Amino acid sequence: MLEIILLALVFLMIVGALVAIETPHVLYAVISLGAVGFLLSIVFLFLSAPDLAITQLAVEVITLVLLLQATARGAGEKVAPEGGLVGRLATGTLVLLLALAGGRMLAEFPPFGQPVMDRFADAPSNHYLREGLPQTGAANIVTAVLLDFRAYDTLGEASVLFCAVLGALSVLRRPARTRPEEATGNEETGEEPDARLDEPEQGEGPS
Amino acid sequence: MIQPEGREGMSLIVRTVCRWVKGFILLYGIYIVLYGHLTPGGGFSGGVIAASAYVLLVLAEGERSALAVFSRSAAATGDSLGVLVFWGMALAGLLLAGGFAVNFWTTPASARFTLLSSGIIPVCNMGIGVKVCCSLYLVCLVLFAARQRIFQEDEKGDSP
Repeated sequence: MLEIILLALVFLMIVGALVAIETPHVLYAVISLGAVGFLLSIVFLFLSAPDLAITQLAVEVITLVLLLQATARGAGEKVAPEGGLVGRLATGTLVLLLALAGGRMLAEFPPFGQPVMDRFADAPSNHYLREGLPQTGAANIVTAVLLDFRAYDTLGEASVLFCAVLGALSVLRRPARTRPEEATGNEETGEEPDARLDEPEQGEGPS
Repeated sequence: MIQPEGREGMSLIVRTVCRWVKGFILLYGIYIVLYGHLTPGGGFSGGVIAASAYVLLVLAEGERSALAVFSRSAAATGDSLGVLVFWGMALAGLLLAGGFAVNFWTTPASARFTLLSSGIIPVCNMGIGVKVCCSLYLVCLVLFAARQRIFQEDEKGDSP
């Protein structure tokens, strides 16, 4: 029964992805992409991974909002599909190679419902499952692995996220005003810098 | 999205719904962060949910109202503070227990399945939650501002 539900969900995901690629409307493509993400969240839920389902759902909402904001201006725009013979041949070859590799990989998999790493008695996953609660005291084994056994990885991940935000803020910041003596001959510098992203000044709050 | 009376944000209906809903979204995010070691969830997912409450505020009421609630410098401070809490916990493990990122705060077995269990894990979760919430809010703010700037320049270019 579970396999039938999963197959239906994956089929819908593939349909959504195809619609996102093939539709000429940018807005429809963004919405289809969001549908694929929400279906993936349901797939995670059926595969008993609620942690991933929650994260996927939350990230999907934020991504959808950002994509909608980015494309809202050109919502009615139509994008002409492009592609020459060489591009199609390259895509076809790539898809064929991926299908071959995927088929080879699936042949090595244990049957559905059997954990991959459970076949070896001394696999690390068995150790984590056995020792997770006694050693860390955390009832949620995912958090126990993320923040205790593999805390070093998570620390690096948090630092990478910090650097990424720092980079985004530096790249996308408001361009600095040039000094008046350097601005001669440049008509654009008379522009009023709007302080939208800075602190709201006194008495200028929301009415 | 600009209202006729020059007010930022969306219509009255959207703003009213936002006013009712934003607290629950934030509460749910905080719950996910605080109970991350007991139930599904954790710092990252809870932080994203809490950030979505503020992103909703930016979209529904405009950037000015959102910045009055959660200013840019507060978000930047929270962003740095979250990483510092996590790094501090990892370094405290090095000092107190002799290993980097060691869970030095051992709790008795009777404390299992309660909120105050599993040592430094909830503290790290809180750090990550604050950090992810603030950084996503900052990134959304900057991206929306950049988009508006680009479109304003487009309009200036279109109508000389």
